[in-house]
Amino acid sequence: MLGRTANGLFWMFRYLERVENTARLLDAGLRMALTRDSVTAEEEWRSVISTAGQKSGYEAKHGTYTGVQAWNFILRDRDNPASVTEMFDRIRTNARLARNAISGEVWEAINESWMDIRDLLSRPVGQNHVGEAIAMVRRAGTLAHGAMTGSMLRDESFHFARAGTFIERFDSTSRILDIKYYLLLPSLSYVGSSLDTGQWDTVLRSVSGDRAYRWINAGNIDARGIVEFLVLDDRFPRSLAFCQSALRQNLAALARIHGREGRSNELMRQADTQLSSLTIEEIFDMGLHQFLLEFMASNAGIAAAIAEDYRFLR
Amino acid sequence: MSEPAANFDEMRTAQGAVRPAYEGYCNWFDEQETRLLHRKNSEAEKNFRRTGITFNVYGEDEAEERLIPFDMVPRIIDGGEWRRVTRGIEQRVKALNAFMHDLYHRQEIIRAGRVPERLFRGNEAWLPNMVGFTPPGGIYTHIVGIDLVRTGPDEFFVLEDNARTPSGVSYMLENRETMMAMFPELFTRVPVETVSDYPRRLAKSLAACAPPGTRGKPVVAVLTPGIYNSAYFEHAFLADQMGAELVEGTDLRVVDGKVKMRTTSGYRTVDVIYRRVDDEFLDPLTFNSSSVLGVPGIMDVYRAGNVTIANAPGTGVCDDKAIYSFMPEIVEFYTGEKPLLPNVQTWRCSEKDSLAYVLDNLSELVVKEVHGSGGYGMLIGPTSTRKEVADFRKKIEAKPENYIAQPTLALSTCPVFTKSGLAPRHVDLRPFVLVSPDKIDITPGGLTRVAMKKGSLVVNSSQGGGTKDTWVLKE
Repeated sequence: MLGRTANGLFWMFRYLERVENTARLLDAGLRMALTRDSVTAEEEWRSVISTAGQKSGYEAKHGTYTGVQAWNFILRDRDNPASVTEMFDRIRTNARLARNAISGEVWEAINESWMDIRDLLSRPVGQNHVGEAIAMVRRAGTLAHGAMTGSMLRDESFHFARAGTFIERFDSTSRILDIKYYLLLPSLSYVGSSLDTGQWDTVLRSVSGDRAYRWINAGNIDARGIVEFLVLDDRFPRSLAFCQSALRQNLAALARIHGREGRSNELMRQADTQLSSLTIEEIFDMGLHQFLLEFMASNAGIAAAIAEDYRFLR
Repeated sequence: MSEPAANFDEMRTAQGAVRPAYEGYCNWFDEQETRLLHRKNSEAEKNFRRTGITFNVYGEDEAEERLIPFDMVPRIIDGGEWRRVTRGIEQRVKALNAFMHDLYHRQEIIRAGRVPERLFRGNEAWLPNMVGFTPPGGIYTHIVGIDLVRTGPDEFFVLEDNARTPSGVSYMLENRETMMAMFPELFTRVPVETVSDYPRRLAKSLAACAPPGTRGKPVVAVLTPGIYNSAYFEHAFLADQMGAELVEGTDLRVVDGKVKMRTTSGYRTVDVIYRRVDDEFLDPLTFNSSSVLGVPGIMDVYRAGNVTIANAPGTGVCDDKAIYSFMPEIVEFYTGEKPLLPNVQTWRCSEKDSLAYVLDNLSELVVKEVHGSGGYGMLIGPTSTRKEVADFRKKIEAKPENYIAQPTLALSTCPVFTKSGLAPRHVDLRPFVLVSPDKIDITPGGLTRVAMKKGSLVVNSSQGGGTKDTWVLKE
C-alpha cells in the first residue's frame, strides 16, 4: 500500500482513540463535579481540561472554570483544535484519504458517526445533553473498531490502524496517570497514606477501569494498587503493559508482511524488555513521573520509527 | 417558459399509453402504496449520505458536501433500441481515436480539406508534445462518455463527446445499488442488464493497454488531485472497486525511466495510470511549472513508452465544441460510413453566414462556448430574459469563433417522483465506453441526468440536475 495511505490510516485511528479518551475523561469529570461542592467542582474542571492537554487554549478564552464552559470547549469549540468536532473532522478526512485501505463498513461507521456528532454538536450543549454527546463519541469508537474487527482483512492496513490505536492509548494512559498523580500526591510521603478515594476513582473512570479494578481488588483502593493496575496489569486493555504487548504484535505482523524488521521493531523490543523487567516497587523507587516520562518518550520514538520504516512521508 | 411542444416521453405515448419497455415497471408501480414510496425516497437520500456519495462545493465559507439529487423512477431502454445505439457509439469512438492519431501525425483529414487547420491551432487542449508519438495500443481515449439526447422513437443525437475525463460513472453504479436495495422485487420481475461489473471491466480494459514492456500483471493506479477535488469520491470509489492504488502526484516519482509510487516497502513501478487530473497538472516540467499536483518527468517516461496514461494527454481536443461540429465529417472520413448517430444541428459562429443566422435567432437557440463545460457559459435563448440575450449577443460579437449555436431541442422527458406523484422532466444519457486494443466495451445504460425543475433543459449536476438509474432490458 502507499506510504501516504498508511499514514492516513495510522492517524485516523490515533485521533479516534484520542477523541474517545477525551470523552472518557469528560465523563469522569462530570461525575466527580456532580458529587462535589462548587469550589472543588471548579478544581475538577481545571483538572479535566489540563489532563486533556487543553489548558492554554481554554484559559485564552475563559477566565473561570465552569462545567458548561469546559464541556462545550472540549466538545465543540471550533477554536480548540483538540475539540471533539475538530478531531472528528480530521478523523473523517483521514478516512477519506485512506478510503481504499478500509472496508466499506469501517468507512460508513466513521461517516455516520461524523454526521451524528456534527448534528448533535451544532448547538451549545446543555447539562441534559452532555451525557448523550459523550455516549455518542464512545459509540463512534466502538462502531469503528467493531466494523474493523468484523470486516477488515488482516493485512498491513489493519496493523497500521491498530498501531495508531495502541500508540495513542499508551500515551493517553501515561498522561492521565502522570497528571493525576502529581495532583494527588504533592509529595512522596503521601504514597500509601489514606487518600481521597473519590479522586482515585476519577483516575480509574478516566480509563474506564473502575469496574475491572474493583473486581480484581475487591474494592480496596490504594495508590500502589491502582498504579500497578494501570501500568503492569496486562489483562486490562488500557494498561501500559497491554498497549505495549498489542503494539508489539502489530509491529511483528508488519515486519512479517514486509519480510524485514525495521528500527520500530528494535525500539519495541527495547521498550518491552525494560517494562517487563520492572516491578511496581522499582517504579516507585525511580519515581513514577520519571518512569512515565521515559516511557512516553520511547512510545513517541516508536511512532516516529514506524513512520520512517514504512515511508509515511518520504 | 412553456413546456416544449410535443416532446417525446420515455414512459408514455402522446395518447397516454405505456410504452412496452415500461410495462413491467408500471405494473409494479401501480401495485405500490404511495406512502411507502415516499418513505423509500427519503431512505435513498440517507443511504447516499451514509455511504458518502457526495461532491464538494466550495463557496465562500467552508467546504460543503452536497448530494446529487437521485430520482427513483428508472429510465428504461429497450434492448433492441440499445443495440442500435451501441453500434453508433462504437463507430463514433473508433473515429475519435483515429482522428486523434491523425491530428498528432500526418493530419490527413486537414490535407484532404475536410476540416480546417484553425480547428486545433490555438486550441489549448491540442498538445505539441504529443506530435509524432503513438500511445501504447494506439489508443488516445480509453474511457469515453458520449452524451446523448433523444427526441423521438429511435431518434438519438450526440450532444457532446467527453473524450478527456468523463465523470459520473460512480453514480451509475451507486444508483443501481440503491435501487436494488430499495426495491429488490422489482429486479426479480423486470430483466435488467447488469452494470455492476463496470469496475472489473475497467480494470481489465486498462490492463490491456499496459505498455509492451510490462512484466507480469500490470499495476494500475488512479491518479487524483486529492480529497478536495469535487469528484474525489468517484476517484476513491473506482480505485477501491478495481483494487488499484489511489495515488496523488506526491506519491509518484520517476526512477530509472519508470513511474514509481511510494509504498510502505519502497518505490514500486506503475504501468497504467488512470488519471483524473487535467493535462496541465500531469508534469510540471512539461506543462504548468507552478503545479504541485503533477509528477516531474512523467511525460518523458510516457514518450519512451514505459507507462500508459489514460486518457492520453491531448485528448481534450475532442471535447471542443467546434470539433464536435465536424464530427459527421470526421466519422465519415475514418470509417468510410455515414454516422449512425447524428449530431445536433450546429452553427459555427466563426463562419459569417452562420453568425448572421445565430444573431438573428438568438432567442430561439442554445449558444455554447466552444471550450466550455458543465453547463456554464451558455445561453438558452427561450428561457432567457431580453437583457440576458442582449448581453450574450455582445459576447458573441466580440469573439464569434468562441461560440457555436444549436436549436433548442425538444429533449425527451421521463417521469420523476414528486410530492404530488409522477411528473415529466427532461433527461439526457451518458453511456460509458471502455476502449482497449482488444475491444470497445459499452456498459449497458449509463448515467441518466435529469433536470429536476419543471420545464428546465439543464441537466448538469453543477446546476441542480439530478440522476436516475438507467435500465437496458435484456432481450
